[in-house]
Amino acid sequence: MIAVLQFGGSNCDRDAVQALASLGIEAERVWHEDGLPESVDGIVVPGGFSYGDYLRAGAMAARSPIMAEVREAADSGTPVLGICNGAQIGCESALTPGAFTTNESARFQCEHVHLRVENADTPWTAAYDEGDVIDLPIAHGEGRFEIEDGKLDELEADDRILFRYCAADGTVTDAANPNGSKGNVAGVTGEAGDHVAVLMPHPERATLADVGATDGAGILDGFEV
Amino acid sequence: MTAYTATVTVRLKSGVLDPEAQTTQRALERLGFELESLRSADVFEIDLEADSAEAAADRVEEMAERLLANPTIHDYEVAVAEA
Repeated sequence: MIAVLQFGGSNCDRDAVQALASLGIEAERVWHEDGLPESVDGIVVPGGFSYGDYLRAGAMAARSPIMAEVREAADSGTPVLGICNGAQIGCESALTPGAFTTNESARFQCEHVHLRVENADTPWTAAYDEGDVIDLPIAHGEGRFEIEDGKLDELEADDRILFRYCAADGTVTDAANPNGSKGNVAGVTGEAGDHVAVLMPHPERATLADVGATDGAGILDGFEV
Repeated sequence: MTAYTATVTVRLKSGVLDPEAQTTQRALERLGFELESLRSADVFEIDLEADSAEAAADRVEEMAERLLANPTIHDYEVAVAEA
């Protein structure tokens, strides 16, 4: 069973459960105060506005007791995927490097973006080939990836960048960067290994054909591997 | 034990883009003000009891490290005064 965490202010938890179910992956919502169930096969930290984005997006949820359990599970090999607010929580809790902060536009942006698959050798990207371009929606005000320059080089050298914002033809350009993210980075893998990853775009909103796009299904399929 | 007030100022590291400050600056310019640049910062005032100013500063610095600032993007300063 995949645990989809629910904080006060999470709002993509149901979407994640439904998208996973459509792929034949059993998932349940888990209220953060209840702690992780005894045996989980994976964890989704979903999107939303946990704790009203007080202080910084994800800052409060990152320091809630259940995230200590998530860190422990991640360290022992349980797959963890943070999406949007879940990505902010992942970085705030040091599961993943860097930080997601205010968009360059200083606006909330809700739009479709193209992403270039940078590393197809992870559970989250095994469905794609390196260089593939996928279309996913974003919906965030604080999605600009920031990291110290030296550390971005390290991430690149270690092949830890999952996706970069790109043009429809796959070229990585400033014009295709929706939020000013350093290196056009949209998603990275975790400190514990490739089984932990975060991304700002929403694969769960692009999994069911009924809602318009299915390019994100391959990412959620990472829980099957 | 003495009562202290600690002031924690959290600001973006130099070189980190501050879109909200840029927007605020543009708004001031629209109002007709002349200015060279504008930076924003968050200030937290924390009342606490401690054995010494140093002990108060140590505790508040840990608060900044663990929650109030994000070391990837922020620098912070702590000032302690008797309340």
